[in-house]
Amino acid sequence: MNSELSISDIHLDVLKEIGNIGAAHAATSLSQLLSRKIEMYVPSVELVSFDGMFELAGGVDEVVVGIYLRLEGDLSGSMFFMLSIESANRFVRKLTGDESFDFHTPPFSELGISAMQELGNILSGSYLAALSDFTGLKIQPTVPSLSVDMVGSIVSFGLIEVSHYSDEVIVIDTKVREDGVESVNGHFFLLPDPSSYATIFRSLGVL
Amino acid sequence: MMKTRDVVRVGIADMNISAASTTIRTSGLGSCVGVVLYDELRKIAGMVHVMLPDSSLDRSQKLNVAKFADTGIYALMERLKEEGARPMALKAKIAGGAQMFQFGSSDTLRIGPRNIEAVKKELKRLSIPLIAEDTGGKSGRTIEFDPLTTMLSIRTVNKGTKEI
Repeated sequence: MNSELSISDIHLDVLKEIGNIGAAHAATSLSQLLSRKIEMYVPSVELVSFDGMFELAGGVDEVVVGIYLRLEGDLSGSMFFMLSIESANRFVRKLTGDESFDFHTPPFSELGISAMQELGNILSGSYLAALSDFTGLKIQPTVPSLSVDMVGSIVSFGLIEVSHYSDEVIVIDTKVREDGVESVNGHFFLLPDPSSYATIFRSLGVL
Repeated sequence: MMKTRDVVRVGIADMNISAASTTIRTSGLGSCVGVVLYDELRKIAGMVHVMLPDSSLDRSQKLNVAKFADTGIYALMERLKEEGARPMALKAKIAGGAQMFQFGSSDTLRIGPRNIEAVKKELKRLSIPLIAEDTGGKSGRTIEFDPLTTMLSIRTVNKGTKEI
């Protein structure tokens, strides 16, 4: 397997570059959908421990709205879109016009869940389209699945595949910021499976 | 709860032990299973945060024993023995193994139930009685064990806290 592949700073820099291209496309789609300016950028691409990954996502105990997609095709991996409950509420209310919708109080309306999943679809779709254009790799996301729970419980699910090979993971972290809101209110994570590391780097000419 | 007392934290695919003066906690269990082994009389407890069912799945260059049900529970038992726990007196409480998402590859989807099965199998193999469990479902759990009272408190996002 590729666990022998040593990951250098050059590799991480290249991933940051493609992450930013994907993020720019996704931010444009999201801004149009919500009729407000949404910024997305990649602060860093890191090789981190699993516990370190939870820290990046806001802390293991933090309750978030998480959307999970599995990536299949030329490369496999996991994708997470995670928002604070407040941000997710704002987005869903904007999309559905239902001002009473609240991720604090289950059960959630079907419409609200659909809207949130659609948000995940649009984000991942535009991000992956950019990634495919750049790398020439064909990547298909599965249907998005939603969970409102602790960061650790949600993200660990996406680490299962990686955990067979390693105790560390390459995280392409994308921060999501709404215009006029001070704090960062979301993250978009791409976690390639270790078996796909070589494929990605080869497609980018750094292997 | 005992806010003034120290807490020993256990990360993911990690294990640790605690003497009477401290509780021991792991956060954000999803499909993972938290296994507590304890010697009630000696007030010694240990916890392992199991991520995968069996060490035969390991493809890494350096095995992290705490990641797997089989190697993790065994290593925790050995560690507790070193600390003075009596192997015949050890009991277990477990929590976790939820199914967090509805989609994914079938192997990954079943990881919660497979972890629970593997943990129970290993406890049986080591003749450690399972005293209580809170497993399965669709919710994440944060768990904390108190070696003094031998109670395991379990917090979920929407259902509050319960003790087993």
